[in-house]
Amino acid sequence: MSILSLNNIEKNFGAIQALTGVSFDIKEAETVGLMGDNGAGKSTLLKIIAGNFKPSNGEIKFENNTVSFEKPIDARKSGIEVVYQDLALCNHLTAASNVFLGREIQKGIWPFKYLDYPAMFKKSSELFEELKSETRPKDLVMQMSGGQRQAVAIARTRLTNPKLVLMDEPTAAISVRQVAEVLDIIKRLKDQGIAVMLISHRMPDIFEVCDKLVVLRRGEKVCEKNIKDSSTEEATGLITGAIDRV
Amino acid sequence: MSSVKFNQEIISKTEKNLLQKLVSEQSFWVTIALFGICFIMFFVEDAFSSKDNLFNITRNFSFIGIMAIGMTFVIITAGIDLSVGSIMGVTGVICGLFLDAQFLPEWYSKASYFEGVYVWVSIILALLAGTLIGAVNGYLIAYVKLSPFVVTLGMMAAARSLALVVSNNKMFYEFGPKDEMFYEIGGGSMLGLANATWLLIFLTIVMGLVLKYTSYGKHVFAVGSNKKAAELSGINTRWIEMSVYMISGLFAAISAVMIVGWMGSVTNALGYTYELRVIAATVIGGANLMGGVGGTFGAFIGAALMETIRNSLLMAGIDPYWQGTFLGIFIVGAVWLEKVKNKKN
Ligand SMILES: Nc1ncnc2c1ncn2[C@@H]1O[C@H](COP(=O)(O)OP(=O)(O)O)[C@@H](O)[C@H]1O
Ligand SMILES: [Mg+2]
Repeated sequence: MSILSLNNIEKNFGAIQALTGVSFDIKEAETVGLMGDNGAGKSTLLKIIAGNFKPSNGEIKFENNTVSFEKPIDARKSGIEVVYQDLALCNHLTAASNVFLGREIQKGIWPFKYLDYPAMFKKSSELFEELKSETRPKDLVMQMSGGQRQAVAIARTRLTNPKLVLMDEPTAAISVRQVAEVLDIIKRLKDQGIAVMLISHRMPDIFEVCDKLVVLRRGEKVCEKNIKDSSTEEATGLITGAIDRV
Repeated sequence: MSSVKFNQEIISKTEKNLLQKLVSEQSFWVTIALFGICFIMFFVEDAFSSKDNLFNITRNFSFIGIMAIGMTFVIITAGIDLSVGSIMGVTGVICGLFLDAQFLPEWYSKASYFEGVYVWVSIILALLAGTLIGAVNGYLIAYVKLSPFVVTLGMMAAARSLALVVSNNKMFYEFGPKDEMFYEIGGGSMLGLANATWLLIFLTIVMGLVLKYTSYGKHVFAVGSNKKAAELSGINTRWIEMSVYMISGLFAAISAVMIVGWMGSVTNALGYTYELRVIAATVIGGANLMGGVGGTFGAFIGAALMETIRNSLLMAGIDPYWQGTFLGIFIVGAVWLEKVKNKKN
């Protein structure tokens, strides 16, 4: 069953046509790899699904209902969580505070509500452990490695039980060992029945964890096929335009 | 069982221990500096450690300190409020106008004097006016998206001129039948400390708890640290941004009420150039103008350090004309220190 259906999504920013007629589905517990050159429209598509932008045209169905998210928070409420390309973390706050940002655990009754730090530290350390990441809840994000920051951003998505997680270049700008960590995390999401859309430049990442490959070129979908039926050579050709479309 | 242990270990393991954390706080070093100066002055100048002088110092920095707490909230969001001195002026004048009441319609003095609550009416009107002016600042900054520097610079001029308009360039010094009560609020003392100092201590604790232990406080830091991230987390960043200017305006008004009560009179010049001292106190206390860093204890200790230095220089016989120069050096020095520290990180 499809969890998300994109139907003829278009997006233009003034004269720039970022997306033209993009359609594809994501099934339950499916991991879809979205590839494409710089400026192909990958982040734009992610942001449309996540409620950051409205599409200029086209229809989005989530769990068989047509949806139109006004704000990212609406998408999150329906069960779509996002790991943004720039991570969207607050450097001056601790890992735990970032995980719970905007949905802090509180105690007491209004107006004497106060933050329940022990509960938040405990829950976030459980999440990091679940993700097998050596991230300490009380550390400031400022002092963290790229992989740890990635873990914080991903842990944020695990607070609720999301149905779909969107990730924009989670393996860019981190070390090889950390890439393996992040890929493990993605596999674990899949084991728990969560659908993932993974945007990446790194061919090996996509081919290691994804079930389906979608390629965008200049805002158009030029490929949608099972990862088993494709190859890195074909994907490269599709991205660069050496292969027109399949 | 072992997984629980593993968890506990991770929770309690932070990169810095408590002492290291303390040492990395600017307010810690400012506290050390403050004690250092007091220690030296204790031996050099007998008059410094007299009960009267210490009382005066603590009272004097309380007015600045209260405003610095409001400024701390603004600076944590990466904003600035240049209008606090003028807000102090206009709210002080409003308070005086309603206490004095001779320039107001007769029904007001008849009604409220009779009720005996005009003191509270005057105080509440001043506090409301401060909050309202702060709300105007905040609205223009958060919703119209004008720069904080420009908006509050404009408000600095506008509020000062409003103080002139409201006061019609007169001094208010007759505070009605219950003037003693009003003088007592701002000028009184308890257990050897001025009321203003007690209020500063109270607000430092309460607002410190708000920053650390409420989701509002967390969101103030988040907005200053990464506004986009805060917004994506569903935080109402505009409201957070607007509200900190309201807090700053309110605290300037609180300080105005206290200082008018202490002085027993008010003119439209009240609070003139105070914004400099307030910003200096806040920044010296460790708030970062780039946003995301700051605390109420820092505001407290920053205000204390500046007043202690001012007092010491006066006692050392240095011409008070030099005070502005020292103030300027402190502001620039604190920001420079911040930069050096950031580079190291
Ligand atoms: N907010 C925006 N305003 C205007 N143009 C944009 C905006 N976001 C993206 N674009 C344009 O849309 C195109 C696709 O960008 P993007 O989705 O970021 O590509 P990718 O993530 O695949 O590298 C680019 O030409 C980019 O310049
Ligand atoms: Mg992108």
